[in-house]
Amino acid sequence: MIWYIIKRLLQLAPVIIGVTIIAFSLIQIAPGDPARTMLGQHATQKEINEIREKYGLDEPIIVQYGIWLSGVLRGDLGRSIITNDLVVNEISSRFPNTIELTIAAMLFAILIGGFAGIISASKQYSVTDYTVMGVALFGISMPVFWLGIILMMVFGVMLGWLPIGGRIDLFIPFQRVTGFMVIDSIITFNLPALISSIKHLILPAIALGTIPMAMIARVTRSSMLEVLRQDFIRTERAKGLSERAVIYKHAVRNAMVPVVTVIGLNFGLLLAGAILTETVFSWPGLGRLVVEAVYERDYPLVVGCILIFAIVFVIVNLITDILYTYIDPRIKYE
Amino acid sequence: MKKIILPLLCLILVISQITGCVEEEKAQEKVLIFGMSGDADKLDPADVTDGESISRMDNIFESLVEYTSGGTDIQPALATSWNVSNDGLNITLDLRKNVKFHDGTDFNADAVVFSFERQYNTSHPHHDYGEWAYWGYMFSDIESVEKNKDYQVIIHLKKPNAAMMTSLAMFTVAIISPTNAEKWGEDAFKHPVGTGPFEFVEWVKDDHITLKKYDNYWRDPAKLDKLIFRVIEDPSARLLAVQAGEIHGMEYPDPASFNLIKGDKDLQLLSQAGMNVGYLAMNTGYGYYDENENGVQDDDEPWVKTPGYFEPLTNVSVRKAINHAINKTSIIENLYKGTAIVAKNGMPPFMLGYNDDIEDFEYDPEKAVELLEEAGYPTGFNTTLWVMPVSRPYMFDPPKIAEAIQSYLADVGINVELYQIDWSTYLEETENGEHPMCLLGWTGDNGDPDNFMNVLYGPNSASIGTAGNVAFYNRSEVQEKFTEALQIYDTDERARLYEEAQVLIHEDAPFVYLAHATQNIVFRSNVKGYTLNPTERKFFYQVDIE
Repeated sequence: MIWYIIKRLLQLAPVIIGVTIIAFSLIQIAPGDPARTMLGQHATQKEINEIREKYGLDEPIIVQYGIWLSGVLRGDLGRSIITNDLVVNEISSRFPNTIELTIAAMLFAILIGGFAGIISASKQYSVTDYTVMGVALFGISMPVFWLGIILMMVFGVMLGWLPIGGRIDLFIPFQRVTGFMVIDSIITFNLPALISSIKHLILPAIALGTIPMAMIARVTRSSMLEVLRQDFIRTERAKGLSERAVIYKHAVRNAMVPVVTVIGLNFGLLLAGAILTETVFSWPGLGRLVVEAVYERDYPLVVGCILIFAIVFVIVNLITDILYTYIDPRIKYE
Repeated sequence: MKKIILPLLCLILVISQITGCVEEEKAQEKVLIFGMSGDADKLDPADVTDGESISRMDNIFESLVEYTSGGTDIQPALATSWNVSNDGLNITLDLRKNVKFHDGTDFNADAVVFSFERQYNTSHPHHDYGEWAYWGYMFSDIESVEKNKDYQVIIHLKKPNAAMMTSLAMFTVAIISPTNAEKWGEDAFKHPVGTGPFEFVEWVKDDHITLKKYDNYWRDPAKLDKLIFRVIEDPSARLLAVQAGEIHGMEYPDPASFNLIKGDKDLQLLSQAGMNVGYLAMNTGYGYYDENENGVQDDDEPWVKTPGYFEPLTNVSVRKAINHAINKTSIIENLYKGTAIVAKNGMPPFMLGYNDDIEDFEYDPEKAVELLEEAGYPTGFNTTLWVMPVSRPYMFDPPKIAEAIQSYLADVGINVELYQIDWSTYLEETENGEHPMCLLGWTGDNGDPDNFMNVLYGPNSASIGTAGNVAFYNRSEVQEKFTEALQIYDTDERARLYEEAQVLIHEDAPFVYLAHATQNIVFRSNVKGYTLNPTERKFFYQVDIE
């Protein structure tokens, strides 16, 4: 197993080099010029040329990539063209927020979606089944933007239960340690901050987690139905095991492999795909950062973000693969 | 179950106690949270061009002079008085004494020289830390800034520039603490230190920037204890946050929600004519290559056809026909949703030298057809309109405005194809003159008419590749008037020259001036004392919460 993990991690290198080459080429092919974006209307040609020279934008793409890659190997992702801050700083200030939101959204999706899928499968063709699958279909089709605004109107403005956006109540004194708000408030024993940061997580997590929740519900249901039709389930029922034990003790675990695949894929997608949720809820995350960077043709920042997404995606996939072996001991990696 | 209920009740009790404490804390301090549509790029006043960064810094930094409240006239700020030499080449400014930066550094002539010199002197140790985008464009007439006494500086100009005093109120020349700049070097833009009413506390990217009252401010301290700029990109979410009382005010409300805001007694909508213009430019055909990059069309830089040269638009009757064919009033009412007024000149009505005697081209499709016939295009022609890919207050919804123009022009026989590309390429292509017609606009920088007239309509700005005058309008008398107006300091005389220039531009009709957008800000009704400034800069010094 250890060798397998090491081998997979080594495979990371070609994947990441490939991804960054593609990212580098694509952004160069796309029209637009960061120098002009930075200088705004009525920049002189001289100023534009100076900026291009300063950031090496006048070099051939191969040379630019070489310079960038040698920087990365030294742990230097460069500076953002637009904000002049280190790309590492720009990413690290948003990364924890994105991870927290993604985990919260996935927890919501797994708990609700998984449970709904199980219930639905165990009561196939019942009213519950139709209701749950109807809701799941609704969830998949719901525009995140719209759902976000509705949640804010209901729970934020009308009921006043939850905050409308942002990461934490700005009135609460807060000390940043790791950048993960929930963790920071726990290690600094700051209960008001903990409550506030969790409250701020709820609505965005629901908005972001609704689509994966619906997907998980549907996959869990179909996977469960397949398992419930197998011989060993019939045997267990014949043994006289309660339906509850049959489902939760035996069927669920056997049905989990495809569900874990969906969870893994969605986790990766949510990291980069949370842009709408982040915009609606003013969530300072990576999705907003990368989209803004693309608009402004901030090449170093775009490629830096893509590098991070690629690494996280590969690692999440690896974790998913390892999880298979725990769920189903018949799966083994040499 | 019972086992859970008791601890749960205790937990709720503790939480409500703690939340109560926080509420009390809120009540003690006067904190105003303002919702912005985006985050700042940098917090160095000389190194930004975006309104988001400027709004934050206008409360941290000050310049030598400042705008009068709600206007664009100037009044003393860090300079107490000034005089311009007879030849118009030297401006001597006396500086305010007993002013300290937020870090305790004394404000004096050294700080002023430092703040200016780092921008223009390429061998200054801090020159490489910024791009200084505005310097080249607004302040290149400054030869040098010299310390004369501890509290007196002289600005030496390369040539007289009557707009310079107004330009000195811009953020670009705000005075920064040299001690702080040296302490942080390249990263000073993250640690702004000025002399303004608020000092910087923290910046959490894409989330908020917190400022607190500066107790040693040279005027009375600000009324607010804290001023927080929170980023809420989506206008609907921003408004919901104001409605819920999470924030106290916001910029750029969606015009669709104006009625809702006006109907809510807890909210107030502040509106004022903005310093901007949105227009359709018609490529009149000829530009020049500014080989020596001096911003002037010299004798050895001849007028040549622009890449987008299009025969019909070189004809003044055709340009007038297009002006008559477009129903601007309807566009303003239906597409700008009441957030703009119809424009008839190239700068907003409140500015020096605005010529109100000019009669706008009325909407008259029949006259347009007659003019087209007169010009030799009885059946019209086909052309292309470049459409801005981004929305600006002066061009509220470019695709819809373009479609409306397309349909008005179709009525008189001109078939328009619409063309869109990303913003930076758009600017590049229009500055190259690749378009026959394009939509564009301008928000003024310093409140001086030169910043509209010369920049947007002056033949010197019709340089292929870097054109500000994207109609490539090149009547030499117009440039003569603009050049003269910039060199004399008598405001009446300047106003007369600009008024005359507008008559000439109107005769040649190179633009269809569409709109001057109003600026709008929403506050909760307990926020008092905010005054809108025509430059759209945001000053919170006088603001209070009741």
